[in-house]
Amino acid sequence: MNCRSEVLEVSVEGRQVDEAMLALLHTILLHRSTGKFHYKKEGTYSIGTVGTQDIDCDYIDFSFVRVSSDELDRVIRKAVGEFKDAMGNGTDGMGQISLEFYQKKKSRWPFSDECIPWEVWSIKVNVVNLANEQERQICREKVGEKLGEKVINIVEVINQHEYLPKMPTQSEVDNVFDTSLKDVQPYLYKITFQITDTLGTSKTTWFCAY
Amino acid sequence: MMDSDLSPQDKKDLDKFIKFFALKTVQVIVQARLGEKVCTRSLSSPTGSDWFNLAIKDIPEVTHEAKKALSGQLPGIGRSMCVEISLKTSEGDSMELETWCLEMNEKCDKDIKVSYTVYNRLSLLLKSLLAITRVTPAYKLSRKQGHDYVILYRIYFGEVQLTGLGEGFQTVRVGVVGTPIGTITLSCAYRTNLAFMSTRQFERTAPIMGIIIDHFVERPFGNMGHMRPCNYRAPGEDEGAYNGVEDSQEVCTTSFSTSPPSQLYCSRLSYQPPVLVGAADFCHPSTLNAANPHQVTTQMGIPGKEGGVPQQVPVQPCHGAQAEHGRVSSCPPADHVPATPSSSGEGAETLSRSIEVKGVSPCDVLETTFTRKVGAFVNKPGTQVTTASLDLPFAAFAPRAYDLEENDPMVQPPESPATSSPLQGSLHSQGSGESGGPAQDDFVMVDFKPAFSKDDLLPMDLGTFYREFQNPPQLASLTIDVSSQSMAEDLDSLPEKLAVYEKNIDEFDAFVDTLQ
Repeated sequence: MNCRSEVLEVSVEGRQVDEAMLALLHTILLHRSTGKFHYKKEGTYSIGTVGTQDIDCDYIDFSFVRVSSDELDRVIRKAVGEFKDAMGNGTDGMGQISLEFYQKKKSRWPFSDECIPWEVWSIKVNVVNLANEQERQICREKVGEKLGEKVINIVEVINQHEYLPKMPTQSEVDNVFDTSLKDVQPYLYKITFQITDTLGTSKTTWFCAY
Repeated sequence: MMDSDLSPQDKKDLDKFIKFFALKTVQVIVQARLGEKVCTRSLSSPTGSDWFNLAIKDIPEVTHEAKKALSGQLPGIGRSMCVEISLKTSEGDSMELETWCLEMNEKCDKDIKVSYTVYNRLSLLLKSLLAITRVTPAYKLSRKQGHDYVILYRIYFGEVQLTGLGEGFQTVRVGVVGTPIGTITLSCAYRTNLAFMSTRQFERTAPIMGIIIDHFVERPFGNMGHMRPCNYRAPGEDEGAYNGVEDSQEVCTTSFSTSPPSQLYCSRLSYQPPVLVGAADFCHPSTLNAANPHQVTTQMGIPGKEGGVPQQVPVQPCHGAQAEHGRVSSCPPADHVPATPSSSGEGAETLSRSIEVKGVSPCDVLETTFTRKVGAFVNKPGTQVTTASLDLPFAAFAPRAYDLEENDPMVQPPESPATSSPLQGSLHSQGSGESGGPAQDDFVMVDFKPAFSKDDLLPMDLGTFYREFQNPPQLASLTIDVSSQSMAEDLDSLPEKLAVYEKNIDEFDAFVDTLQ
């Protein structure tokens, strides 16, 4: 099985990084999260309900829908916050944040479990500095339009209905889904990012696993 | 693939899935155009009433309209279900903004499993619909509806009609789901040309075929005919309970099997009595102002974190249910409408949005543009006041080129008729007693509302002041009364004047000395 890889690129102002990343990551996770599984006897299971909520951006003329899960939101915000800190506040730069969905494959002792990615979303971010309020205003709208296009791109890919892990048995569910949250169950994922410094073009990679 | 190749149970389940998918699609679209943020809660345990494992509330009126449109039929090949979103101004002009189409084509997927794969993909498609409905341009317009315009919806069944979207409309595909009887596609065609035209051009011809919903119900905006407002709120919703709970209740599919060959089937569910699910928070649509039915106040409820009505979780309908190989059980879907807790919370605000020309902030520039377009509704053919932005598709989303103001005749009125010299121009003035003049009538100005013009103290607003004083009379000292003097008389009086000046030359010299 080949891992599917999608790349999205956006150019934003420094203060828009958080919201732009949240919008795209949450849009992807909305499609890659299910309700909580409840296993019963005879191999059946029921699925909980996923709620959604609208989020308005403050620095971008854009609204997006995310899964109603404060826990999940906290995790994503933390990752995005670290990414933004790594990018530096208000400086030009380029970075990439990746959301990788993977499955665990149990290995026999002494080998550790293998993580096999099946879908990777990479969001390349180009941070620009703007000189005046007029440019910022234009940027608000432009970035909003761009994010709308990216949402459409995401939906196009998702609806190609390519590989998805099989629904696991109860013993295997933790190899496919992140069952740590109380209200929703996203596929196992990890977020990583790397920053490219325009000055020294040095790449620094942080690995952030969830 | 022939329908006969599908087992009766599969066919029954598939029909049910398609029916409730269509109903939920309509709910998602209309709720996204209510003008408020939507918020529903995730529930770790299934309630048996949330189709496709998504918390999508059912507004009874919308469900009723959708069922009426379907009239017992299902979207199928050649039978599309469409939700049309329009904008209607308080002056009665309307414009179609977008049309969402749920269609089916003949491409079949024989091998797909109905109760598992199709169901999950329909769930995914609904999530995509939730995302896409926030991205099309009508979303921003709907968030700002209120005083000057409202968003309406119409559901119809049959042939897709896109002619009302104007030229150059764009299409976005939300997604497709293959089934054994055809491929379900969901897409949206949206208008890109937002320039208003005269109402005559928007007279709609009756559709050629299909079931048309025609509601002659009293509406705050007058005869809206078959359109329903997206911010209309039925009485009784304040209590938090929806009216019109269906008598026939069905529980939706929530249980699946993980047994490898039977992984694709769901277990049989029993009929469940109606249950109250009060856990979902919902931003209430706006209410009508009873005092003035033509004034719609948009209420924006900030969703509270806790629902007002405690959730009553029913007995799990899957207990004792057994997955059967080769059979898909009947899973009657939930059709009742859960009670809605009041979600006003402490943060509820009432916003009265009136579109006025208030300033140059980007949000208001949209509104500014809109007001001018409304002004252009004056039933005068020919030259209308237009700005450069009106020619742009989706002017609201075009770059805010601030030369808009430079090109805008409402901000920079056209100059007075060209004259050969300023002097002659003054000779043709209307006189000092009159203000204004023909210059201000060179263009049609309707409802000119200059920025920050609201003034309750003075009887004159800024617009009136501007119009009256933009052509002030010439100074008397610059006015030459031609009728009383001629060139010859000027020349005759010169020697006398020179004699006087020579007589007083000492005084003039002394004056010049003081200046040095």
